Amino acid sequence: MGESTAVGPVPGTEQPTQDIGDETLVADLAHVIKDYPGPPPVRALDDASLQIHKGELSAIVGPSGSGKTTLLQIMGTLDRPTSGRVEIAGYDVATLSDRELSALRAQKIGFVFQQFFLLERESALDNVANGLIYRGINTGERRELAAHALERVGLGNRLQNRASQLSGGERQRVAVARAVVGRPAIVLADEPTGNLDTRRADEIIELLEDLNHDGVTIVVITHSQEVAARLPRLIRIRDGQIVEDSGRPSPRTGQPARSS
Amino acid sequence: MAERLVPSRLSARNILRTAVVGVNTRRNRSIMSALGIAIGIAAIVGVLGLSNSSRSNLINQLNALGTNLIQVQPQTGIGVGNATLPTTAAGAISRIPNVQDVSQEIATGANVYRSSYVPSEYTAGLTVSAVDPNILTTLHGSLAQGQFLNAANIKYPVAVLGANAAQALGIISLQGDPTVSIGGRNFTVIGILNTFPLSPDLDSAALIGIPAAVSILGVANTPTTIDVRANPNDIDSVLGALAATANPENPDQVAATRPTAQLEAKAAATSTFTELLLGLGAVALLVGGVGIANIMVITVLERRSEIGLRRALGATRRHIMVQFITESLILATLGGIAGVVLGVIATVIFAEVQAWGIIIPAEAIWGGLLAALLIGGIAGLYPAMRAARLSPTEALRST
Repeated sequence: MGESTAVGPVPGTEQPTQDIGDETLVADLAHVIKDYPGPPPVRALDDASLQIHKGELSAIVGPSGSGKTTLLQIMGTLDRPTSGRVEIAGYDVATLSDRELSALRAQKIGFVFQQFFLLERESALDNVANGLIYRGINTGERRELAAHALERVGLGNRLQNRASQLSGGERQRVAVARAVVGRPAIVLADEPTGNLDTRRADEIIELLEDLNHDGVTIVVITHSQEVAARLPRLIRIRDGQIVEDSGRPSPRTGQPARSS
Repeated sequence: MAERLVPSRLSARNILRTAVVGVNTRRNRSIMSALGIAIGIAAIVGVLGLSNSSRSNLINQLNALGTNLIQVQPQTGIGVGNATLPTTAAGAISRIPNVQDVSQEIATGANVYRSSYVPSEYTAGLTVSAVDPNILTTLHGSLAQGQFLNAANIKYPVAVLGANAAQALGIISLQGDPTVSIGGRNFTVIGILNTFPLSPDLDSAALIGIPAAVSILGVANTPTTIDVRANPNDIDSVLGALAATANPENPDQVAATRPTAQLEAKAAATSTFTELLLGLGAVALLVGGVGIANIMVITVLERRSEIGLRRALGATRRHIMVQFITESLILATLGGIAGVVLGVIATVIFAEVQAWGIIIPAEAIWGGLLAALLIGGIAGLYPAMRAARLSPTEALRST
């Protein structure tokens, strides 16, 4: 446990004090409020507090419009909160410039999107290697790491296929490989199964579980109760408020201690 | 605990990689947008190449002729009849200020044959001209071998052959003192000339002295052409005085022309035309630039999700901006290269057809490419700024 003087306890936080400065804490949100200016003005997040530890596999579940995508964007430093404190991989987002946030995303955060967002004319290998382009890693090493990542997600035989030649399940695997290739502190997956049929969706969830067993910290955002129920930790959000959090499960038992 | 976060600098190679993706993904559109630039650059390179090639051709001719040559001839035409120049004309003209050189030609109407046995109708198109000894200087001619007419031999039956005439008569050497037959008399060939760049008539003529022509052939001593070299800076004043000096009684029966005047007018007209075409080329280039800007704006709108993805992967605003400007530069450069190639090909083909020397100024090529790059940069600036300003969440929202 490292001591940190940069991050003090936020008044009113009910979190146990030993979590402050905890090196295993990869995402720490305290009393986050996010307002979108109108008309009509919308409060997308309303006093949301959440801690994600290293090695966790969590689901954030809620109906559409509940604020779960906003939560992911704030955790992913794609957006800043209106108020409240957000700390990702030990960095207080409020103190970082836009450039520094970009660097933080490049080094510490992996994203998986519902729409995959692959470059269609590029090969699977280059799509994954692109995940490292903004980290200043040279082309040869990028490709090498990308090949490993693709093998890890079961696409070792599809390296040179163009993204447009892959099936939906395969495309999402490429996207997952791109998210994990840089060994980020946290992977944020936004409806990763939203565009897939049930079987492919199951496979993707299994893949995420596998990666999590290898130590990757993953947060899955989904509106599917079914998907959420499979994951060790369940965080329920409604109207911008976290209404249920099963809490941090004891490692590897998979049995969360429900606390709502 | 945490080290400072510094965004990576993309190497030139990686910048190119990111930019090529966009160009490559929408190939047809890339080609179409580069085409505008290509046409503009091709027009400019082609116009510069063609006008330079054609002008060099004219200038070569002008240099050969010398722009200060004036030819004085009797006026011919309706109402004038068969006018002649007075015998005294040449002498009078030589006294006009700023006249540098004067020489006379008299078309004798005789023909030249290899020998007196050749039937008289076999003229081979060769003529006989009686000339002043200084005509070589006046017309910028030169001897291939032998000697020219001079004060000592102009009274005698000696002839100097023009280049074509010598060839037609089969006289390639002066050894053995070859003779030719003119008006039934044998004339000794004392010299052979090189081609006259400016007076092709004399190439197919045997030149003899005026006194010999008068005494032997019985030709009237009235010049048919007087060649005048004037001071290049005072051509107009000489031109003005010529008619009245050559034939004070009937100045209207004198025609003074400058053989180069037409060429000069042509050269001037070509350069005016060139400016007009260059203007059109510049307009085409401008339209091409607007086309690229237009395509880039659309591209940025269409590729919001790619921009969002790249921001999520850790691209800074600057990375995005550089990517889109580079894309625009690539499009413009491709267009520029295609344009230069097209322009050069057009120039080469046209110059070949016209039998001109091919001159494509290097500035046209570099200038063309530079203009393309400049336009690409300017055209890409606004779309790239829009792309960079897009917030990551906004970019990711649209699909």
